[in-house]
Amino acid sequence: MNDLSFVRTEMLPERDPPPSTTGVIGWLRKNMFDGVWNTLLTIASIGLIVWVLGHILPWIWSPTWNAGSLDQCREIVGASGKASGACWGVIHERWPQMLYGFYPAELRLRPTLAFFLLFIALIPVLFNMISRRMNWFLLALVLFVATFFTASSALMIVVQIVLAAAVLYIGYTLVANSGSDRAEQIAAGARRLPNPLIFTALYVFLMPWLLWGGTIWTPVGAALGFVIGWLVFRLLAPVLGTLTAIILAFAAPVLWWLLLNGLFASAMHAILPFGLEPVESRQFGGLLLSVTIGVTAIAVSLPMGIVLALGRQSDLVIVKSLSVIFIEFIRGVPLITLLFVASVLLNIFLPPGTDFDIILRVIIMATVFASAYMAEVIRGGLAALPKGQYEAADALGLDYWKAQRLIIMPQALKISIPGIVSTFIGLFKDTTLVSIIGLLDPVGLSNSIRADTNWNGIVWELYGFIALLFFIFTFSMSRYSMYLERRLRTDHR
Amino acid sequence: MKKTFILGALTVAAMSAGAASAATLDDVKARGKLECGVNTGLVGFAAPDANGRWEGFDAAYCRAVAAAVLGDPDAVEFVPLTTKTRFTALAAAEVDVLSRNTTWTFSRDVDLKFEFVGVNYYDGQGFMAPKNLGVSSAKELDGATVCIQTGTTTELNLADFFRANNISYEPVPIETNAEGQTQYLAGACDVYTTDASGLAATRATFEDPSAHVILPEIISKEPLGPLVRHGDPEWGDIARWTLNALIAAEELGVTSANIEELAAGSDNPEINRLLGTEGNLGEMLGLEADWAKNAIMAGGNYGEIFAKTIGESTPIGLARGLNAQWKDGGILYVPPFR
Repeated sequence: MNDLSFVRTEMLPERDPPPSTTGVIGWLRKNMFDGVWNTLLTIASIGLIVWVLGHILPWIWSPTWNAGSLDQCREIVGASGKASGACWGVIHERWPQMLYGFYPAELRLRPTLAFFLLFIALIPVLFNMISRRMNWFLLALVLFVATFFTASSALMIVVQIVLAAAVLYIGYTLVANSGSDRAEQIAAGARRLPNPLIFTALYVFLMPWLLWGGTIWTPVGAALGFVIGWLVFRLLAPVLGTLTAIILAFAAPVLWWLLLNGLFASAMHAILPFGLEPVESRQFGGLLLSVTIGVTAIAVSLPMGIVLALGRQSDLVIVKSLSVIFIEFIRGVPLITLLFVASVLLNIFLPPGTDFDIILRVIIMATVFASAYMAEVIRGGLAALPKGQYEAADALGLDYWKAQRLIIMPQALKISIPGIVSTFIGLFKDTTLVSIIGLLDPVGLSNSIRADTNWNGIVWELYGFIALLFFIFTFSMSRYSMYLERRLRTDHR
Repeated sequence: MKKTFILGALTVAAMSAGAASAATLDDVKARGKLECGVNTGLVGFAAPDANGRWEGFDAAYCRAVAAAVLGDPDAVEFVPLTTKTRFTALAAAEVDVLSRNTTWTFSRDVDLKFEFVGVNYYDGQGFMAPKNLGVSSAKELDGATVCIQTGTTTELNLADFFRANNISYEPVPIETNAEGQTQYLAGACDVYTTDASGLAATRATFEDPSAHVILPEIISKEPLGPLVRHGDPEWGDIARWTLNALIAAEELGVTSANIEELAAGSDNPEINRLLGTEGNLGEMLGLEADWAKNAIMAGGNYGEIFAKTIGESTPIGLARGLNAQWKDGGILYVPPFR
């Protein structure tokens, strides 16, 4: 009777799952044909997609890339025996204009370079997985590639050699030393490359100089303003007390920028003339205009929004009411109204001849508009934090700014990421509204292009191209925000 | 109270500065460039080509003024303006002259304080309908749906016309001409109405233009012309007589082909006065003696500009019609250069 057993004594060998639950078939069964209703839904959806694509793709697939006018497009399409087809000749002829507007053709390297350098400047801010070496490598590489598009001269060859050497050297160290080796070297006291954030800070002054040109001394002077502010604070804080020093540290650079920077720039330019050919704002257009307005407004509206959100939660009556008034007023008017104020009303109030740059006016209005929204998004993040976090910060003995910087803001900003990125995307798309005040962004330009007798009557091709351009930007922003959320996820769900 | 004070101070500053900088001619010469307001895009009248160079009937006038004042037809900065920004841009001195297919009306001239310097194109509102609709006159349009751009004088003209003829219509509001074209072709409206020049340009782009007719009725007067600000009559004179010089050149047979020859001296004293070989008309305007010669050489005389940009040899194919010289049955009639 011993050998009688009511449970198995040995393991059964593992068997493959039934074929109907694995592989493509399993996935299809699980996701698409799971029950009668889902099957019907799947078939209906596939039918719809096929029907839509069946109409759109033949239209898109149209050999009209080299056509010189709408009539030629029609001949080509007619010759191929189709009822209708897209006319891509317009994109072929006008894409440089859609990207750069009226920016002089021989200077278009500058905005292109500024665009690529923007990514180099943003990488250390946006991604933490890229090493310093990688960042400097990319910077040297972009500059090196850019030199090949400039007019060759003796100086340029020297620059090329220097940059090539830098690319090779940093590239070699990247390949030769793995990340962990490098970490050991650093721990052993090896000298690190400078922080790439230095370039990010420089880029703030570099970008306007590349885009608008002019003497190098204007951006240098603008940067000096910050140095002056810092010096004022450092020297006066022990003498006059912190609050007075802060106020003076804000006032001194503003005075410098308004009154002395122009003098400084022209004086220095007389001594050491170096600069790029100036380009007027009126020549900006197309995607260049959208990106200039969008990027500047995005970059400035986040810090402004944080300050406003904190101001709105402040206990100081004046700060609080100013923030509330600002936010509620700006949120209460449509962006288009602000743009009209920028384009029309300011002109009437400012004395004639005051050359207050139209793009600058628009950038200011877009920034102001976005920061009001940003403030409310961040306030939402602040409100979502448990009160215990504030109390814990107090209990640790942190002062207000330290508590905000170390405890409150990192959490509040993390919560607000989807809202912040939505605001950014909305702002970037809102830049197309400037076509209403006569600035030729891609949408405005599409109207101008249509006014060419060759292309009059073309609608969908232009709008499709613009949609594609904007989709690339907004979709990347949205993917980045999802990456950031994953990276910052600290909860243990 | 403080804000009122600041606004008041700004206004005073603006007015005093306005008074101080009344001499537009000096400003333009100091700047070395003419700032000229044009349409952001209107077929045949103003549009940038693939290289970003503005071309068209209105743009050609800007070049002529720049050539007359500065001697260089390319010394123009074109400022694209929308219907909403054009008048404030001119009033706020963002542009020196507005050449943007603007209808000369009483209130714009008097109430908005502008100075229309003449008419460079006599336009009028018309109708376009598909041929298979079977109408031959706008008076047969009772009950039709009409595509109409909102916020323009065309909208008001349309209402006036239908009321005067005691027939009814149903408006389909549209925002831009491109939208109008698409809606009309999609059959969202029976009839499309806008300026006759615009109708011709629109019809020219259709796949089968002969399937559409432009009805004979012209229901409004739309004299389009360049304009300047009130308060600087000398500048207004320059703008007016540059336009007149272009028209007079056609009347006198001065073309860009024979102008060099005629400028050496001719038997016709009026041509000599126009081209600066006799008299001192340029000096009276505060310009060089060869101002009109430069203006004509910029893009040709009025007839040449017309033929190149909107005339019958172009896809737009507008006939001269009212815009012919008075001798040829039109109403272009410039005062003598004397």
